Amino acid sequence: MASEPTWDDQKIELALGNLLRAGVLLAGFVVFCGGCIYLVRHGSAPADYHIFRGEPSDYRTVTGIIRDALARRGRGLIQFGLLLLIATPIARVAFSVWGFTRERDYMYTVFTLIVLAILLFSLLGSGAP
Amino acid sequence: MTILEFTAAVAAVSFLAGLLGSLTGLGGGVVLVPLLTLLFKVDIRYAIGASLVSVIATSSGAASAYVKEGFSNIRIGMFLEIATTLGALAGAFVARLIPTNAIAIIFGAVLLYSAMLSRRPRSVAARNVPPDPLATRLRMNGSFPDVEGIRHYNVQRVPTGFSLMFGAGALSGLLGIGSGAVKVLAMDQAMQIPFKVSTTTSNFMIGVTAAASAGVYLNRGYVDPGLSMPVMLGVLLGSFLGTRILVKAETKVLRLVFSLVILSLGVEMIYKGIWGRM
Repeated sequence: MASEPTWDDQKIELALGNLLRAGVLLAGFVVFCGGCIYLVRHGSAPADYHIFRGEPSDYRTVTGIIRDALARRGRGLIQFGLLLLIATPIARVAFSVWGFTRERDYMYTVFTLIVLAILLFSLLGSGAP
Repeated sequence: MTILEFTAAVAAVSFLAGLLGSLTGLGGGVVLVPLLTLLFKVDIRYAIGASLVSVIATSSGAASAYVKEGFSNIRIGMFLEIATTLGALAGAFVARLIPTNAIAIIFGAVLLYSAMLSRRPRSVAARNVPPDPLATRLRMNGSFPDVEGIRHYNVQRVPTGFSLMFGAGALSGLLGIGSGAVKVLAMDQAMQIPFKVSTTTSNFMIGVTAAASAGVYLNRGYVDPGLSMPVMLGVLLGSFLGTRILVKAETKVLRLVFSLVILSLGVEMIYKGIWGRM
């Protein structure tokens, strides 16, 4: 090969690693802020996690979580941070699709698209009807 | 107990789990669910949801450190992620159908297996094996920097590794753990991938696998913000600190202590699953 490829596996990996760390730090920061609001408002109430009730629909769906976070409710903001965290590896896979396409590795572009489809189905399509 | 006290106690325990998990290399996720259910009497479904979230955080947070060393193989990882994410979806769906007592018993069995595995000496992957036709077609064979220069490796038994990975994903989705031990087993033992490449590639896959089941748990209402907040922040801080002091600490004794903790938690989970209420 005459020319040095600008995007080899190693460089893509490195960019992905940094993307992941930035996502985790951002998610951690949002969760921390939400946690502070939550504790200031509800810290003295009794804790109860013995009985399983399931979360209300606001904390279950992507749209419900974003709506709550915008209203700056503590738990809504925490849930939004957790959503960012779950989205971080998904962003990494989406970025890999682009990376493999640039390398003209179409077999792995397809593999990565399959993984991406499974992840998106889990987050957006797996809610109980 | 008030919410403030509960949050502080959960954060402290999660911090310790994250610290010990990263110091020993055994992962903190595996002790989180038993500690939350046995110590704090949290419903196991909430505990699993919170644990999954922390698994994503630690795996993704550590990824950039591993990548710089140039060991992980992105093609092996991506191909096997098809199996782990499908398994994770299956595990998360099955989790809703079976009683929580059964989940506790399966969890206990996995803990016992992990404790046993951590006491076994590491196996050495065979060198200079001929290339496998399927692995070659999938472009999985690679190389990495070793002490005596660049070392090449040929991946073996792809179908076996792929099936084991489906199992690893299913366990992850069912129990909310990273199941790094099973992933390394599949790559290291079945596929004959060198240990360093196995562990770093497995770490990369854990976050994606956990994200696949976390989506289902979120939609089911199993991810509680009040509980997940101290768990995620505690584990993240603990494992971050663990990777910083990893070089200096004497991990042999620590590993023994931690595997004894895992063993006793496993016994208690099985006991509670059979005779108690989970």
